[in-house]
Amino acid sequence: MSTQLKFYQVGSFAVGNRLIDEADLPEQSRSSRANSLTSGHRACQGCGEALGARYAIDAAMAATNGKLVAVNATGCLEVFSTPYPETSWRLPWLHSLFGNAAAVATGVAAALRAQGKSDIRVVAQGGDGGTVDIGFGPLSGMFERNDDVLYICYDNEAYMNTGVQRSGATPPAARTNTTHAIGPNPGASFTQGKNLPLIAMAHGIPYVATATVADLHDLEAKVKKAMTIRGARYLHVLVPCPLGWGSRSEETIKLARLATESGLFPVFEAEDGEVTATKKIRRLVQVEEYLKPQKRFAHLFGAHGHPDLLNAIQAIADRNIAKYKLCDPIEAEADHE
Amino acid sequence: MSKPFAITLDVGSSLANHTGSWRTERPVYVHRLPPCNDACPAGEDVQGWLYDGEAGNYESAWRHLTRDNPLPAIMGRICYHPCQTACNRDELDEAVGINSVERFLGDQAISQGWQFIKDAAPSGKKVLVVGSGPSGLSAAFHLALQGHEVTIRESAAESGGMMRYGIPAYRLPRDVLDAEISRITNLGVTIECNSKVESAESALEEGFNAVFLAIGAHIGKRAYIPAGDSAHVLDAVSMLHMTAEGDPPLLGRRVIVYGGGNTALDAARTARRLGANEAVVVYRRNREKMPAHDIEVNEAVDEGVIMRWLSTISWVDDGLVTVEKMELDEKGFPRPIGEFETLEADSVILALGQDVDLSLVDGAEGVAIDDGVIQVDNFLMTGRDGLFAGGDAVPGERTATNAIGHGKQAARAIDAWLRGEKFVHAPRPALATFDRLNTWYYSDAPKTVRAKLDSVRRATNFAEVVQGLDEETALFEARRCLSCGNCFSCDNCFGVCPDNAVVKIGEGNYEFNLDYCKGCGICAVECPSGAIDMEPERS
Ligand SMILES: Cc1cc2nc3c(=O)[nH]c(=O)nc-3n(C[C@H](O)[C@H](O)[C@H](O)COP(=O)(O)OP(=O)(O)OC[C@H]3O[C@@H](n4cnc5c(N)ncnc54)[C@H](O)[C@@H]3O)c2cc1C
Ligand SMILES: Cc1ncc(C[n+]2csc(CCOP(=O)(O)OP(=O)(O)O)c2C)c(N)n1
Ligand code: SF4
Ligand code: SF4
Ligand SMILES: [Mg+2]
Repeated sequence: MSTQLKFYQVGSFAVGNRLIDEADLPEQSRSSRANSLTSGHRACQGCGEALGARYAIDAAMAATNGKLVAVNATGCLEVFSTPYPETSWRLPWLHSLFGNAAAVATGVAAALRAQGKSDIRVVAQGGDGGTVDIGFGPLSGMFERNDDVLYICYDNEAYMNTGVQRSGATPPAARTNTTHAIGPNPGASFTQGKNLPLIAMAHGIPYVATATVADLHDLEAKVKKAMTIRGARYLHVLVPCPLGWGSRSEETIKLARLATESGLFPVFEAEDGEVTATKKIRRLVQVEEYLKPQKRFAHLFGAHGHPDLLNAIQAIADRNIAKYKLCDPIEAEADHE
Repeated sequence: MSKPFAITLDVGSSLANHTGSWRTERPVYVHRLPPCNDACPAGEDVQGWLYDGEAGNYESAWRHLTRDNPLPAIMGRICYHPCQTACNRDELDEAVGINSVERFLGDQAISQGWQFIKDAAPSGKKVLVVGSGPSGLSAAFHLALQGHEVTIRESAAESGGMMRYGIPAYRLPRDVLDAEISRITNLGVTIECNSKVESAESALEEGFNAVFLAIGAHIGKRAYIPAGDSAHVLDAVSMLHMTAEGDPPLLGRRVIVYGGGNTALDAARTARRLGANEAVVVYRRNREKMPAHDIEVNEAVDEGVIMRWLSTISWVDDGLVTVEKMELDEKGFPRPIGEFETLEADSVILALGQDVDLSLVDGAEGVAIDDGVIQVDNFLMTGRDGLFAGGDAVPGERTATNAIGHGKQAARAIDAWLRGEKFVHAPRPALATFDRLNTWYYSDAPKTVRAKLDSVRRATNFAEVVQGLDEETALFEARRCLSCGNCFSCDNCFGVCPDNAVVKIGEGNYEFNLDYCKGCGICAVECPSGAIDMEPERS
């Protein structure tokens, strides 16, 4: 009967379910959750980063019985949570510089080990700018040394805190304040991209995973699994940003869901450099459905739109679907008819 | 206190910062009317009782259901379930099998011996209900719970109306009927059988404070059909009535039933059971235009009943029936095409509808009759103070569910009237439409499970005896409900708020903490059941 419950009740997709055993409930459905990032923070309405950070850190707190230290890179998450002298964090939390979070976290872990307090675990967190660009060197070093840190990147695909500048994680064609929607190829250019989860895997570290704020169960499970492992671990979480994406505040989770359901953001897990699990697409959509509600892609649509760019983005999604096997073969065929 | 270098202020929590002041819209929990509830003529809170049932609380589910309908074991068998036709889940995969869950709960109540609980103080008022069909029983049930002293007078030898004398036992076993009626008499309702009320007026004068006419429509319509002297023609209601009394008429081997409603099919299926090896339903229009429900037609055909569309009977005599073929004009009206055919038939059963026996209101002051039915106002009161009517005897759809709904409405109106008030209908909430649901959160059953479910569901239709299977299937069905427009405690709002502004207040209840809610609206969009609205903030 419990399997039926999973199929038919919304237990497997909604946050909670009154019919599930207490023990099987996710952290976020418990009144007793840590609320590591508490109310009163100054994130924008509907901020995906604030949501992702609470999901992730609450799960890590639960996994470590609250024995957790967080190191934060500069960025929205840091700025909106700690305007001096207030803090929204309810765990020991350090901020040093924009680019050195991985190095600081390595130091904190080393210091704890030296004090014989290896039961206290360390997470480092930062935005995509702080991770894939400016903090990349220290992070790569942390991977290479296999330091005992879980590094979480909250990817909102641009430097949001300083007013939406392009980062190495900004998707092609997206309008930012440094990639204007003008000329024959408006928005960010189609580059080689900088896929940090794959780069992390190339370091051969024990655990790498991607997740989004649209699938809490998956995100929590990945954080909890990461905390059972020692050594360098990397979690890359897609967190829509209403301000930078030009999206409606209420559509944050919906957009994260469409990012995965279109194939643009593959959700997977890798151990020791090999992909071990992917999340299948449940309701395949065309990239258009994901891009259209975002003003940063507005120039792709309408009378003066750019169907060529749209096709190029669709091709990226199709490549992902093939590469990560995101669709079950039979269903994928049916949907492409 | 000495502070580190460059630090001048104490650390404070951001909780001091009431970000709720940014809000331009605020979320509010709403209760919308689920389409199933909206469609149920008896006004059942379908979504509500399914919610209880989902948790396996069958008794509270049954109590919740019977707030509106005292006959779930019966209706779980014979209702044409407009609720399922309206069910939102149909747009996702397949409607929730509401009716089968209802039957399950009704059967549970019978086997567990659950009784109604009456806690109203006696009102000292006496109400007479004329007729013990579904509308009379329903009215009596509600009136008794309101504390009134109820007497039902019934002209037939036994109670139940068409549920006993019309609907055949293969669709509604009589022990089920008896069980649900006796639960109502256990409330202190008196049923006087073999007691025909000759005049509604004299009943009022007899000392009843109000009278409810629930007399049904029992006279079989006799269309004029040229017939020879030895033609054996009878009407369906009489034939079913006699069969129900254990004294079925002799029909012969070949029976023709004339008509296209459910009654025609019941008559044909009954004829088969009485030994006719040929039962032909003759109907002047086609399948699409036939008023009978699909389920009934399919079941009849499965049982070997033969359907003859686009035909009228033009002559009946000794063993022979002449039918004329028809075609439909542009407007869908049948018209003869001048081709005739002769069929052999030992008897012809007319199932052309029923008329109301209005003799008890003959000449009654203030009572208006139109189109052969008693006219009533929105509160089911006739033009005569204190005289109410409902069910098949008044305008409206002639189904048992509708009759039960009338019984409830009449009871409320009578109760108010007895207190010198007018019943005020509660405002109807806006409909919980499909587009308000966030169906992402409802998992679809993988094909393997679906197939199994389908066969299980089919099996229960026939195998009432398999109790264990029934419970599992019923629970399964109940849990497929999407809880349209009403919170079902999935914790989504509690989880998805970036500002922790949703607070749990006890089992299945939440509250917004407006000190911190920035009004982003994520909770409203992500609520699976559409139970949260965003409302503009008054500045
Ligand atoms: C063959 C057949 C099959 C049907 N199948 C279904 C079905 O599957 N589902 C469904 O929803 N509906 C069905 N119906 C319709 C349904 O039975 C009726 O709509 C319903 O019973 C009407 O309820 P009622 O209480 O108004 O009247 P009834 O059920 O007809 O009850 C009226 C009662 O009043 C009594 N009475 C009449 N006059 C007097 C008097 N002067 N004094 C005392 N008593 C009196 C009658 O004897 C009768 O018992 C069917 C009808 C028929 C004929
Ligand atoms: C060395 C340095 N360069 C630039 C800045 C200015 N700065 C602060 S936050 C930020 C953007 C952060 O972007 P990202 O890491 O993507 O985080 P987000 O704000 O998008 O969450 C920048 C450029 C800084 N603080 N330090
Ligand atoms: S700019 Fe984006 S990331 Fe920063 S607080 Fe606002 S929504 Fe969150
Ligand atoms: S899903 Fe449930 S609440 Fe919605 S219409 Fe169907 S039975 Fe009613
Ligand atoms: Mg960023």
